[in-house]
Amino acid sequence: MSTLASLTEAIKKGNRTEAAKQTKAAVEASLPAQQILDAMTTAMDDVGKRFQCNEIFVPEMLIAARAMKEAMITLEPVLVKAGIKPAFTAVIGTVQGDLHDIGKNLVAMMWKGANFGVVDLGTNVSPEKFVNAVKEHNAQVVGLSALLTTTMPAMKLTVDALRKAGYTSTKVVVGGAPITADFAKDIGADAFAPDAASAVDVVRKLLAA
Amino acid sequence: MAVFTKLAIADADGLLFGRAPQPLHTRKGMTIGGGLVYPELNFTLPAIDINAQTMPEILGHYREIITGATTRAVQLEAPGLVVEFETLPPMTQVPQWGIDITKILVDGLEDAHAKHGLKSTLRITPNDTREFERPPHMVSGELWENMLVTFEGCAAAGAELLSIESVGGKELHDDALMMGDMPAVIFSLCIMGARDMKFLWTALDKVATKHNAIAAGDTACGFGNTAMVLAEQKLISRVFAAVVRAVTAVRSLVAYECGAVGPGKDCGYENIFLKAITGFPMAMEGKTAACAHLSPVGNIAAAACDTWSNESVQNIKLLGGMAPTCYLEQLLYDCRLFNRALAGGTADALKLRGWMVDSDAGLDPQAYILSPYCAVEVAQAIVATLPQGYYAAGKAAALRAVALLQEAHAAGRLKLAPREVPLLEAIAMSVEELPTREDAFIAQMMGVVDTSKFVARDYGLA
Repeated sequence: MSTLASLTEAIKKGNRTEAAKQTKAAVEASLPAQQILDAMTTAMDDVGKRFQCNEIFVPEMLIAARAMKEAMITLEPVLVKAGIKPAFTAVIGTVQGDLHDIGKNLVAMMWKGANFGVVDLGTNVSPEKFVNAVKEHNAQVVGLSALLTTTMPAMKLTVDALRKAGYTSTKVVVGGAPITADFAKDIGADAFAPDAASAVDVVRKLLAA
Repeated sequence: MAVFTKLAIADADGLLFGRAPQPLHTRKGMTIGGGLVYPELNFTLPAIDINAQTMPEILGHYREIITGATTRAVQLEAPGLVVEFETLPPMTQVPQWGIDITKILVDGLEDAHAKHGLKSTLRITPNDTREFERPPHMVSGELWENMLVTFEGCAAAGAELLSIESVGGKELHDDALMMGDMPAVIFSLCIMGARDMKFLWTALDKVATKHNAIAAGDTACGFGNTAMVLAEQKLISRVFAAVVRAVTAVRSLVAYECGAVGPGKDCGYENIFLKAITGFPMAMEGKTAACAHLSPVGNIAAAACDTWSNESVQNIKLLGGMAPTCYLEQLLYDCRLFNRALAGGTADALKLRGWMVDSDAGLDPQAYILSPYCAVEVAQAIVATLPQGYYAAGKAAALRAVALLQEAHAAGRLKLAPREVPLLEAIAMSVEELPTREDAFIAQMMGVVDTSKFVARDYGLA
């Protein structure tokens, strides 16, 4: 098995030590940084698909993500040196008044695994904080999460604040237990992600459109 | 502090709906756990921003809810009604809003009592808003103080039952669930959670005593129900969620040690374990709470309930009427059935309980662990180890739960997905490998958990 194939397998299995070892070997062999990165995201794509097919649970997915994180410690400086940046940056948070973060954390993890640059603002995030983060990080995507019916209005306030601040082409993706595709449309969001696993494809489609 | 050294209900057949060894007598003459099951209605607002400008509209919602509920309760000749007002976070952060709504609900219940003799009681459940700060300050600060002001004000306004969905230990528990990490679950629930419960319920018991109210009980909703919902969404395994449920009983038990007397809060599915230990009446929810969340325990959850709840429903219009009124009607008919069975005698009641238990227990480990048989077994494991501390009790609860699930699966009484079966052994191994002594466990866990997520000194861990 080639080094890159071994790296992909190590991440799929959540083997941190092996993932780090194979990354080091790939870097020392002067393999192109983008190829090494692709080997990692391929692994996480596969893990995400297996999760979507109910073959694995979240803990297995998180263990794979942890292995990728370990491997990235070695790869990160090489990527910087090669001028390779994430294709785009996403800002994510749970909207104002809402403290639930499990779903939001899962989406952030899936996005990181797909090599999106992710800025996680946490929970109870005000519209102003979202706007400032989009400005500061030049984000192309904003992920808004809510679990309570009473915090759904805060999603609209956030979308309105972003548009008012001039971020009319920034893609806004919303999700959470009470959220529907119709609601997303009503508040001017660009897309609804029904679960964490589909959130990657939702963003890829939005940005490819 | 109350000390529970033996089970109040040691025989699984004694764990029955409507009957508790320590029934609770309310101001308006209800005896909860005294031979009847009462409906417990809970509700919430539709999507609306909560602020000073919208408060008149919000108060109107609650007036509409209580009027609709009491009218229907009278029409269907309810033997009594428990109403739960679970505040929304702004109503705890601005205590006067919660207090004003409490007054509206108390007035509605008083009016129905005066005009129609409807017996009722109001449970107030302020949010545990301490978690609005990250990391949360658990023992001081404005959020804590406003929470206490809300409890005091609502109790003074006539709320009789005091409850909360407390969050101590949740700082680490969500991650523990997502990582499938049982030692971290035990640390969250039985070290952090138990310590916070002692602090919190000592304070709430004082509030209850001051206002002649009742310290009712807590729930590990943010722990056990989070696990259940995640399992329902196939994010984590069902066996893991079932074992977590058993461990949550240790944390929730602390409220009763500190003076709570029931009914334990509806969303605490661990209440069946606690009823076996304490003998206090318990609220439960199941199939009639599908408006709030799905679950695999719709029937079995009613096996030992003393009040039967819908968890929460938005005040929106359905074909039958406003949703809280519709859900109260469903609860009332559920209770009529329970009470008819009870009126027929123990054999009739056990027959109904048997159907409810058997219809769910074999299909999901989370249901099986709530069967009266398992409840007594897990409760016994907890009581037997409690003198060694909550940590020991948590480990014992987890290991007994694993053994019960393994036995049932091996005997063909419990269906498990193939990928779930080996996880039971893995959970057991992760618990068996833990140190015997609590101090050694704490030292071990403090070295691996993310200590930036909680204020260690608030838990006596620094």
